[in-house]
Amino acid sequence: MIEVQHLTKQYGRFTAVDDLSFRVDKGEILGFLGPNGAGKTTTMRILTGYMPASAGKAVIAGFDIFDQPLEAKRRIGYLPETPPLYPDMTVRDYLLFVGRIRGVASKALRAQVDTAMEKARVADVATRLCGKLSKGYKQRVGLAQAILHNPEVLILDEPTAGLDPKQIMETRDLIKGLAGSHTIILSTHILPEVSQTCERVVIINKGKVVAVDTPEALTDRIQGSQTIFVQVDAPAGTDVAGALGAVAGVSRVTPVEQRGTLTGFEIDCHKGEDRRRDVARLIVTRDWGLVELRPSRLSLEEIFLQLTTDEAKGAAAPDAAA
Amino acid sequence: MSNILAIANKELRSYFNSPIAYAVIGFFAVAFGFMFWVFLRGFVAESMRMSMNQMGAAGPVNINQMMLRPLVMQISVIVLFMLPMVTMRTYAEEKRSGTIELLLTAPLTDLQIILGKFLGAVGLYSAMLLVTVPSVLVLFAYGNPDWQPVATSYLGLFLLGSSFIAFGLFISSLTQNQIVAGVLTFVLLLMLLLVGWLKDFVTSPAALAAVSAVSVFEHFDDFTKGVLDTKHLAYYVSVITFGLFLTARSVDGERWRG
Repeated sequence: MIEVQHLTKQYGRFTAVDDLSFRVDKGEILGFLGPNGAGKTTTMRILTGYMPASAGKAVIAGFDIFDQPLEAKRRIGYLPETPPLYPDMTVRDYLLFVGRIRGVASKALRAQVDTAMEKARVADVATRLCGKLSKGYKQRVGLAQAILHNPEVLILDEPTAGLDPKQIMETRDLIKGLAGSHTIILSTHILPEVSQTCERVVIINKGKVVAVDTPEALTDRIQGSQTIFVQVDAPAGTDVAGALGAVAGVSRVTPVEQRGTLTGFEIDCHKGEDRRRDVARLIVTRDWGLVELRPSRLSLEEIFLQLTTDEAKGAAAPDAAA
Repeated sequence: MSNILAIANKELRSYFNSPIAYAVIGFFAVAFGFMFWVFLRGFVAESMRMSMNQMGAAGPVNINQMMLRPLVMQISVIVLFMLPMVTMRTYAEEKRSGTIELLLTAPLTDLQIILGKFLGAVGLYSAMLLVTVPSVLVLFAYGNPDWQPVATSYLGLFLLGSSFIAFGLFISSLTQNQIVAGVLTFVLLLMLLLVGWLKDFVTSPAALAAVSAVSVFEHFDDFTKGVLDTKHLAYYVSVITFGLFLTARSVDGERWRG
C-alpha cells in the first residue's frame, strides 16, 4: 500500500533523510519512531507530497507521489505536526472546506463531515471557531480533517501530541479502530504509543532506518539476556540479592523497588537460560514470601535508547535495516 | 474549477470573518465619499461660475472630463494604498500557521491554489468598487454623464487593482510575516507609480518603452478617457499573468528548498 524506496532528502549539505526504505501493507498500522530531528516529519512531508525528495521514490496506493501527485494525494489523509486549522472558521465550515478541496462529492459532503466529526468526537464543537478550541480539540479536528474523505492511507504526525492522558487513550482507540480499512503510518517520539497502537515499528535515527519489526520481536531481539522480575517478602536485613545472585546462570541482580519488607528485583540471566524455576525454588526453600514472579521484558523505551544512543550495543540493528 | 472556487470562497470568507474586509471597504468608502464630495462641489461651483459669466453662451460643462476623470485618478492611488492590506496575508499567514501544509497536500495543483487566492482577493476588491457605484448612479440621476468613460474607468480600475493583487500574492508568497509582505507590496506598487514620472526625463526611445512597460499607471490613463484599447487590455492581462507566474515559481521553489 505504501512503498518507500531509497528515499533521500537533503537541505543544502544537511541530509535529513538518508536512503530510507520500508513498506506498509494494506490495513497495517506502522509506527514511525525516532528522537526529535530524526527525519520523521520530513519523511511524512515527502510521502504526502508536501515536498519532493532529493532522491528515491515513494508509491502510495499504486501512485508515485512525485509523478502522479494528484492521484496519490486523493488517497491520503494527513495530519501534520500542528493541526492545519483556520482560526476564523467554525469547525464545520472548516471540514466542509477540506472536503471540497479533497474532492468529496458535494452530495456526500455533509454526511461525510458529520461522520468524521462523530468519529473524531468533535461534533459538540461543530459551530465553534477553530481558533477558540483547546489543544486537544484542535488535534481531534485535525484528525477529523484527515479521515474526512475516507482515504486509503492515513499519515499522522504525532497524533497524540498535546493531549491529556484520557484523550491520548481515546485517540489511540480511534486510530486502532481505523486500521484494517485504512493503512496508517503514525510518527511519535513517545514510546508506549508504539507498543500500544502499532503492529510494526520503524525506528529511525539521523534519517536512517535503525530497525523494522513488531514491537514484540524488537523486544526479543534486543534482549541479549533473559530478565526475570521477582518480588520477595523477606525479613529485614536478609541478603536476598546475594542469595539470588548465587543461583546458577544468574548474571546480575538489581533491586528495583522496596515497600516495607517487600523487595522487587530485576534478575538478568545468561542468554537463552530461563532460571524462573530455580529462583522460585530458592525463595520457597528459604521460607520467604514469593509475591510475584514474571519474565520482565525490556521496555521499548530502553530498546529505543539502546538503538539510537549506542549503536555498538544495539547489535541487532544493522541487519534490520532492509 | 470547483477547487479554485472552493479556495476563492474560503479566502473571501476569511476576509469577512476578520476585520480586514470591513476596515478596507469602510476606509475605501469613506475616502471615496470624501473625494467624491470635494470633486462634486468643485464641479458644481465651476459650472455655476461658467454659466453666470457667459450667460449660457458656452456649451455645457463636461462632468466626465471635469469631475470623474480626476476622481478616478485619485481613486487609483487610494487603491494602491489599500490592496497591500488585502494581499499581505494570502500566503504569509498560511505559511506561518502551517495551513499551507493542508493546501499543498490536498489534491490541488499550485495553479488552482494561486488562482483561488487571486479570485478571492479580486472578489474583495470588487466589493470595494461596488461601494462606489451608488454615488456614481446619483450623477446619472441628476445629470447626464457619458456612460462609456464611466464603464471603462471601472474596467481600468478593476484591471489595475487585479495587477496589484497579482504582485501582492507574489510578495506574500515570499515571507511568513504578513506585515513584511504588506510593506514590501506597498513599496513595490509605489515604485511602479513613481517610475511613470521618469517619462519626462528619459529621451531615448528604448528607455521610454521600458518606462512605459513598467509603469502600470500609464496604461490606465486611456481607460479614464473612455478609450478601450486592446493594447492596454493585453498589457494588464500580461501583467497579471506575470505576477501569478512569479507566485507559482515562488511556491514551487519553496517546496524544493523545503
